[in-house]
Amino acid sequence: MATKARTIPSVPPSPDTKPFWEATAQGKLLLKKCRACGQLHYYPRPLCPFCGSDATEWQAAAGGGVIYSYSVMRRAEVPYAVAYVTLDEGPTMMTNLVDCDFDRLKIGQRVRVVFSPTDGGAPVPTFTTVP
Amino acid sequence: MTINGKAYIAGVYEHPTRKADDISLAQLHADVAKGALEDAGLTKNDVDGYFCAGDAPGLGPLSMAEYMGLGKLRHVDTTETGGSSYVIHVSHAAQAIAMGKCTVALITLAGRPRAEGMATGTAPRNYGSAAPDVQFEYPFGPTVVNMYAMCAMRHMHEFGTTSEQLAWIKVAASHHAQHNPHALLRDVVTVEEVVTSPMIADPLHRLDCCVITDGGGAVVVVHPDVMKRLNRPRVKIRGAGEAVKLQMGGTIDLTYSGARWSGPIAFEEAKVTPADIKYVSIYDSFTITVLMTLEDLGFCAKGQGGKFVSDGNLISGTGKLPFNTDGGGLCNNHPANRGGMTKVVEAVRQLRGEAHPSVQVKNCGLALAHGTGGSLGTRHGSATVILERE
Repeated sequence: MATKARTIPSVPPSPDTKPFWEATAQGKLLLKKCRACGQLHYYPRPLCPFCGSDATEWQAAAGGGVIYSYSVMRRAEVPYAVAYVTLDEGPTMMTNLVDCDFDRLKIGQRVRVVFSPTDGGAPVPTFTTVP
Repeated sequence: MTINGKAYIAGVYEHPTRKADDISLAQLHADVAKGALEDAGLTKNDVDGYFCAGDAPGLGPLSMAEYMGLGKLRHVDTTETGGSSYVIHVSHAAQAIAMGKCTVALITLAGRPRAEGMATGTAPRNYGSAAPDVQFEYPFGPTVVNMYAMCAMRHMHEFGTTSEQLAWIKVAASHHAQHNPHALLRDVVTVEEVVTSPMIADPLHRLDCCVITDGGGAVVVVHPDVMKRLNRPRVKIRGAGEAVKLQMGGTIDLTYSGARWSGPIAFEEAKVTPADIKYVSIYDSFTITVLMTLEDLGFCAKGQGGKFVSDGNLISGTGKLPFNTDGGGLCNNHPANRGGMTKVVEAVRQLRGEAHPSVQVKNCGLALAHGTGGSLGTRHGSATVILERE
């Protein structure tokens, strides 16, 4: 059981991503939805990467998903699991898997979002396995 | 408009060093430029086109042209797609020559990550907070090895690929490297040694990863009229393709690379098929990079890469598709953490019949070199060139 956590570095938000990081501080994971083409995207940006429209708006994700792929960094001082999680809403996002047994991770496993603290910035969306 | 037959590779050079404690980055560039020009039978005063990428110091071509005394430039190109840049440069040089923009194009690569103690694959890279993806990735600590490892993990999940199959790629590279006196790692390794080497990032072991080396290389691409005057084997550029693979707003698929697009473009331009290719240089940052690229270029069906590379099928002399006969990035050299240049160099050696006799492919008339630069699966440049001995 990997219980030790590593210190997660924070990156300052940019003007277009401030709402995202204000939301993580409130325990919410936001995606961007395009009003023109209807598609959700991640990471969030003001212009839709699918149709180019600037009519994008924030939408909260429910927080559930499945592991698309993962890789445990064994060579770090405190090993950690990097993963791509496919959200129930569709987009796949990079994250860490936390509070779980790294030796029992499986692609396709259900996970839910939990917010992990950073070294002074906003918390980041990480995921833990659902029993 | 095509580049098929419009340009030739007249000179190549790979720096013999693998640790450049006492050689500056600028000198490495100049050393390899001199080596490739001498190989071609040309001098710096013949160069009217210069190509370099992000590894070139200072203001890139402006700094390096001054340092090397390239006073006759009328064409420069700094296309930057990581380690695949130099394969793209070969194609862009041929395009520039075909358009009449230059006649002798010099491409250089150099770096000293080893002398500088860079944690190349095991520390996450922060490209600066202005890079739009950094906020959403850097906190999670994705090292280069993790990024490629997640491709391998997904490939294993979807197609049943095994660590033992991936290991065969390293085994084949090591069989070739034993004959290369400059290779960093010359010991032949077994599948068992690969899969029992320390785990770096699941499922990639230490021996699934390329070496970290200093050094560099250079290539000289010339107009057919220049080639006629030179007393060197004629290596013709038959075709080229390039592509970028992205994460596309979160619609990520880690099981294929941009070779799926760059390969067909190159084959179509060259008017050949994968079955015609006698030798391949395949970018080998990690074993999984080779496996996915071979599938995506059409040397086997998607998902069958594991079976294709097994049982020594990539070993020259015995296997059905000899690859990376210099030992590749996995054993020989990965200068500046960018392996595209050495892929082109070894393909040219094979076509000239100048590879080591133990690994020289018989009647090697047609070769392919492929570069993959950036992060496999989510953001990389893919570049394919097809070369012919004339």
